[in-house]
Amino acid sequence: MAVDDGAKGKSYPPFEYEVGKEKIAEYANAVGEDNHVYFDRQAARDAGFRDVPAPPMFAVVYSAGAMAPAITDPEVGIDLMSMVHGGQEFVWGEPVCAGDVITTTAEVDDISEKGGMGFYVFSSVSTNQDGAEVVRGTWTNIVRGVS
Amino acid sequence: MNQGDPIPELKVTPDKYLPHRYAGASGDFNPIHIDNDFAQQVGLPRNILHGLYSMAQVARANAAAAGGDPRSLRRLEVQFRGMGVPESEITVTGTVREEADGIVVVDAEAEQDGKKIIRNAEAELRPS
Repeated sequence: MAVDDGAKGKSYPPFEYEVGKEKIAEYANAVGEDNHVYFDRQAARDAGFRDVPAPPMFAVVYSAGAMAPAITDPEVGIDLMSMVHGGQEFVWGEPVCAGDVITTTAEVDDISEKGGMGFYVFSSVSTNQDGAEVVRGTWTNIVRGVS
Repeated sequence: MNQGDPIPELKVTPDKYLPHRYAGASGDFNPIHIDNDFAQQVGLPRNILHGLYSMAQVARANAAAAGGDPRSLRRLEVQFRGMGVPESEITVTGTVREEADGIVVVDAEAEQDGKKIIRNAEAELRPS
């Protein structure tokens, strides 16, 4: 095969992200979330959250700093100009709220080749300041023309 | 939510500057999303939407179908296909595949201009 799978199993240093209330509002506005719980602390508490919760897909915001070093790692060898995001999965646990400190670690799950395309699959696990898992991500990137 | 039920359709038209706002919100400033000239130089029709923005619309449609509580969305898996663009309506549709022990599994997709931009999406919901 034309892709080098030598980096399979490699993991990267944890990345820490402190969740801000206004960052949640900025993200919620950008994706069109209009539920009051994302903007109003009292509404969030009335709904049983510790503080303003992040929309589920905010996972991309606190995970990004952990994923970037993995995806751009020369040892993984992705040609970024030929890369497309092929697939994504998130499995959510404990809700993420403003004030949380989220720690994410990334790992290279699999590198394979099929039909001239390279498939690079990364996983991430994010936990909060209490050690509770908040999200588990699987990130599939496809690189065309590897053989 | 019973097997075979459609989830309410979600329709959204990202405006011209949406990719810029999403770039700021997400931290993904890849020029294919925010620079029309750059996008065309690398062979794209124009600047394209972030795939994860489109996935967020599928997440929204599913959470709304489960009552709107963000805690109701337990899992979401998608495949990105084609390219989403600003200034054109996106429609998210879905159908309940099964319901067991309070967990509802929904098959969903997103299309724009008659083309699927997200396909084979699978959501697990715990309706409130």
